[in-house]
Amino acid sequence: MTSLEELAEKDRLPREIVAMRVAKELPDGAYVNLGIGIPTLVSSFVPEGRTVYYHSESGILNCGPIAEEGEEDIDLINAGGQYLQSVGGMSFFDSAEAFAMIRGGHVDVTVLGSHQVSATGDLANWMLPQRGVGNVGGAMDLAAGAAGVIVAMEHTDRQGNPKIVEECTFPLTGKGCAYLIVTDLAVIECDGKGLTLLEVAPGWTPEEVQQLTGAKLTISPDVKEFEL
Amino acid sequence: MTSVSDNTSRPGKVFPSAQAALDGLTQGASVLIAGFAGCGIPENLLRGLAETDVGDLTLICQGTWIQESGRFGIADLVASGQVRKIISPMPFYPEDGGPVKSHWESGKLELEIVPQGILAERLRAGGAGIGGVFLPTGSGTRFAEGKETRQFDGRDHFFEVALKADFALLRAKSADTLGNLVYEGAGRNWNPTMAMAARVTVVEVDQVYEPGGLDPESVITQAIFIDRLVLTS
Repeated sequence: MTSLEELAEKDRLPREIVAMRVAKELPDGAYVNLGIGIPTLVSSFVPEGRTVYYHSESGILNCGPIAEEGEEDIDLINAGGQYLQSVGGMSFFDSAEAFAMIRGGHVDVTVLGSHQVSATGDLANWMLPQRGVGNVGGAMDLAAGAAGVIVAMEHTDRQGNPKIVEECTFPLTGKGCAYLIVTDLAVIECDGKGLTLLEVAPGWTPEEVQQLTGAKLTISPDVKEFEL
Repeated sequence: MTSVSDNTSRPGKVFPSAQAALDGLTQGASVLIAGFAGCGIPENLLRGLAETDVGDLTLICQGTWIQESGRFGIADLVASGQVRKIISPMPFYPEDGGPVKSHWESGKLELEIVPQGILAERLRAGGAGIGGVFLPTGSGTRFAEGKETRQFDGRDHFFEVALKADFALLRAKSADTLGNLVYEGAGRNWNPTMAMAARVTVVEVDQVYEPGGLDPESVITQAIFIDRLVLTS
């Protein structure tokens, strides 16, 4: 078994590769909501030939890419407050409609970052208990409403603790809402009962990924290296 | 189109200043404030409110965004000590919380965190004369604790009571003197919902037209919801 000290030193995938792997999961024609962090990067990596429409709870459907410096329009922002380019086919709506689209199941896929994900797909991404307060934003509605949540995050936190755990210890955002977890070490499927390891980062073994995971992983018989 | 922006005789619902338009907003009032991520904030109305000595306010808003130099925001209103409570999905950024963080930490400011979609539906219910709504959001989380629960389509839904306020401070691109409103881009955000959910609505706009100056097909918020207009200075 590799020691934890050795594992901490090993190379992990950059955020862009994690985003690229998530982008592969987005079906052609899907309406997609991207959370803040790694999820925001996903829009840059949608495979050629596929069209994905982005929904932002700021009240824009079919959001354009991030605006170039010097070309910012104060009335075109995404949920993280970044300025967007104007594109054809865009439409605007108010906040209640934005959440009707989410809660009503009209948004097909949501990609969110998270502090923790449990073995049964519970998500805890809105509050670190030591802070005593959190920005829940629209995460809870996204977790409750969309057809499914893909989690895109680092495999461990800054202290090296696993972010994939048996039971979340941080305040929950939603129960059983994650169906896929993509990290800088692995792609893990979540069927609501348990976790299956599908892919590992180059240079990593399934056993090493398990060592840095706080929940039991079933290793798929077809487990392979990250497929981009 | 005829602009009446230089007319000081207060045609229709147009008030001469932010302070005049805030008349009746008194100590202890609840105030809805539109805006999303710093976009579409009624900056002049907030400044006008800060120039009054009205305090003990409860603000209901999407977030309290980072203080930016030259711009006036909710954080500045908190800094002036006029705010007792904020109901919001995004109370502050822990890494850059400014006066909101310091007032909360010292116990001078109460925060009530509400998921964004729940806040939107509570306001919509309030504005539409509905007592409350059952929503699936927050199942299994602290936001569902203690709430009346019913199952629909096999899923737990939780009762969220309607929310209304004394005042709404809003921001639109253009209005006519009757109070019909047109927005720009994401500047629409909370305005249409909040416009329905307050006893007195005050809107800051860039331009005011005579009736007929706005295309009725493009009007997003109807005059019936709007009481007062003030021009962005």
